[in-house]
Amino acid sequence: MMHKSPEMERMSVVEGSYAVAHAVKTCRPDVISAYPITPQTHIVEYLSQFVADGELNSEYINVESEFSALSALVGASAAGARTYSATTSQGLALMNEVLFNASGMRLPIVMTIVNRSLSAPINIWNDHQDSISARDAGWIQLYVEDAQEAGDAIAQAYWVAENHDVLLPTMVCMDGFILSHTYEPVVLLEEEKTREFLPPYEPLHKLDPANPKAFGMFMGPEMYTEFRYMQELAMDAALPKIKEAAALFKKIYGRWRGDVVDEYHADADVLLIAMGSVVGTIKDVIDELREEGVSVGLLKVRAFRPFPKQEIREAIKRAKVVAVLDKDVSIGTREGALFSEIKAALYNTPTRVPVVGYILGLGGRDIPAARIRQIVADAERVMEEGIKQESTYIDVNEEAI
Amino acid sequence: MMARKGTPLISKLAPGHRGCAGCGAALAAKLVLEGAGDDIIVCSPTGCLEVFTTPFPDNAWQVPWIHSLFENAAAVASGIERALRAMGNDHTKVMVIAGDGSTFDIGFGAISGMWERGHDVTYVCYDNEAYMNTGIQRSGSTPLCAATTTSPAGRVSLGKPQNKKNMPEIAVAHGCPYVATTSIGYPKDVITKVRKAVHTEGPTYVQVHSPCCTGWYYDPSLTAEIARLAVETGLYPLVEFENGVLTNVRKIHKRKPVEEYLKAQGRFKHLFKKEEGKEALRRIQQIADDNVKRYALE
Amino acid sequence: MTIKATVGATCEPGTSRRNKTGAWRTFRPVYDHEKCVRCGMCEIYCPEGIIHYNEEKDIFEPDYEYCKGCGLCARECPKNAIEMVLEVR
Repeated sequence: MMHKSPEMERMSVVEGSYAVAHAVKTCRPDVISAYPITPQTHIVEYLSQFVADGELNSEYINVESEFSALSALVGASAAGARTYSATTSQGLALMNEVLFNASGMRLPIVMTIVNRSLSAPINIWNDHQDSISARDAGWIQLYVEDAQEAGDAIAQAYWVAENHDVLLPTMVCMDGFILSHTYEPVVLLEEEKTREFLPPYEPLHKLDPANPKAFGMFMGPEMYTEFRYMQELAMDAALPKIKEAAALFKKIYGRWRGDVVDEYHADADVLLIAMGSVVGTIKDVIDELREEGVSVGLLKVRAFRPFPKQEIREAIKRAKVVAVLDKDVSIGTREGALFSEIKAALYNTPTRVPVVGYILGLGGRDIPAARIRQIVADAERVMEEGIKQESTYIDVNEEAI
Repeated sequence: MMARKGTPLISKLAPGHRGCAGCGAALAAKLVLEGAGDDIIVCSPTGCLEVFTTPFPDNAWQVPWIHSLFENAAAVASGIERALRAMGNDHTKVMVIAGDGSTFDIGFGAISGMWERGHDVTYVCYDNEAYMNTGIQRSGSTPLCAATTTSPAGRVSLGKPQNKKNMPEIAVAHGCPYVATTSIGYPKDVITKVRKAVHTEGPTYVQVHSPCCTGWYYDPSLTAEIARLAVETGLYPLVEFENGVLTNVRKIHKRKPVEEYLKAQGRFKHLFKKEEGKEALRRIQQIADDNVKRYALE
Repeated sequence: MTIKATVGATCEPGTSRRNKTGAWRTFRPVYDHEKCVRCGMCEIYCPEGIIHYNEEKDIFEPDYEYCKGCGLCARECPKNAIEMVLEVR
């Protein structure tokens, strides 16, 4: 008979969406807004059931669009409430205007983004184009690798977002279907530990007749820059706070999935860099390849905003070649966002390591272990022969075009 | 506050705001806030009122106030209302004060959602019948034949070819328990109806006719007089619906021909210069006649 | 004086008072307190909210620091007790 560790004893096999919904429940948001869109829907369904069963005492608003989903949270957050919503793809695109508004008003809303491709052609499966396209909106973006982290990161997101040095809205990005609809053994976010970890939300300003402040004022050229700059400073402050939150989380809950980055045999010749669920596949392939004597490792980027330039520069210093995997593309550059930004982060440093990019997994195309091996082999060639092609759509069937 | 010495009306909209001299929207906001009471949170979408009351750091509001975007005031208000409830505040009221562009057009979906969900929010539209903030463009509230910068009168045009959307009855169709139209030409009426709306539980809608001297082209001193002419001609019926039933109308004792209202404003002046204008005037008179019949105004 | 930025651009109430809109005025409302019956119509219709009853003097008076000179008060006065006079500065 297999011996179960105490950790395994506490595990339940749940859908990724359930792990998230449960985590949200333990963080006790005052207001939740919900609009159905695949593959996010299960999260808000579970939450509505918690409310219906009296397990969660939140106001649950069934809004008429994603645009209103986030707008309602702008109002609720300004009124001093802790708030939550979840969305994906077209829903996130519809929220675009509100994204900038919420961050400009410095409202610490937390949203799960269940990553999905953007139309057209309409496609419901996973890639990172939706949240990556929102990278300039002034939101903190954390990318998670499994269902465990998708839930755990919710508590960390509130901890960081609500800190008065930060006060920025936060997206926890998890891969659609791959994480949201898969059943995994998970330690559900513990209620008592969350009470210890996450203090109640104390707004810096709120809508209050006893102290009637105005939110969302009009701003001329004479001060607009200063407010944008203050958002930048808040992002600067968020970087150490994300680390602090992860360390405190580890202390209280005993679990670790990295802070702004995480490393897996990162002290290697071939360094892969990626975000999201593909990290799991990469780790498996690394285990196999290292047994075969290949010097390969991984840098997982957990925080895409704020972008951990310094941590990335440090990790890359030791590598002989860097291969960046992106599930998104900025069409017209043939580059994924993570690849472009990592290259940019290195340019003004003495580090002169070849960096190549691979665009893959678009619209939910599977990323089998063989594909990762192919990338590693390609990167090894670059290490020896130099860069032939800087960035590649790795998985295009030319015959179909 | 009304017309008595010794009981000063201390406006909750502070002076120093940048509304035009004679601004109907500013007068509307002042009267609406008087009816709203002290325990209120106000949400305004983008628009003239928003811009002229809050150029940072000059805030004219003396109630808690929030502006988010152009098309989401109803959703923001919905969130505020639920947040108050979630945090155990069962007394503070929530109000939207919005222009007609955001109400009739771009924010319509969010308003419908808020009404359908039944939020306890008083939605006030200051109706100046065009997008004034962006420079007098036509909205869904612009009346028939009014010239705006995107529905101009021209060699082959008599201004806006459509009449205004009937927002109050759309509110009634949503099941709003209290719906009213009022006008800054009748300040007491504005205050009374807003007060009633705020104290009615559930989603309520008050539409305040608020002439705009800049966009309608008339002398600023005439703002209230023109508002009254709209009512006295039957073009802007002042009505109240309670639980879907028309319960009160402001009767017109000596109805004036629509020309009296139209002639006073530059936005209709083309109707009096062209032969085709005569037919247009007949159509506008017909609108007034239909209103009189529909709401039994006489 | 440098205006301080606040987190999220929140603002205290009524700070617009520092903007003295009286400078916009071309015509100035001048009251004939003999004709005035203290009905308060001018106070009600003022879009600036700056006409108030002065109890000590028993008169209605505008705050000229903010009065934009729109003339609504004069137009709405049932006793024609307010005259709009060209401003001389």
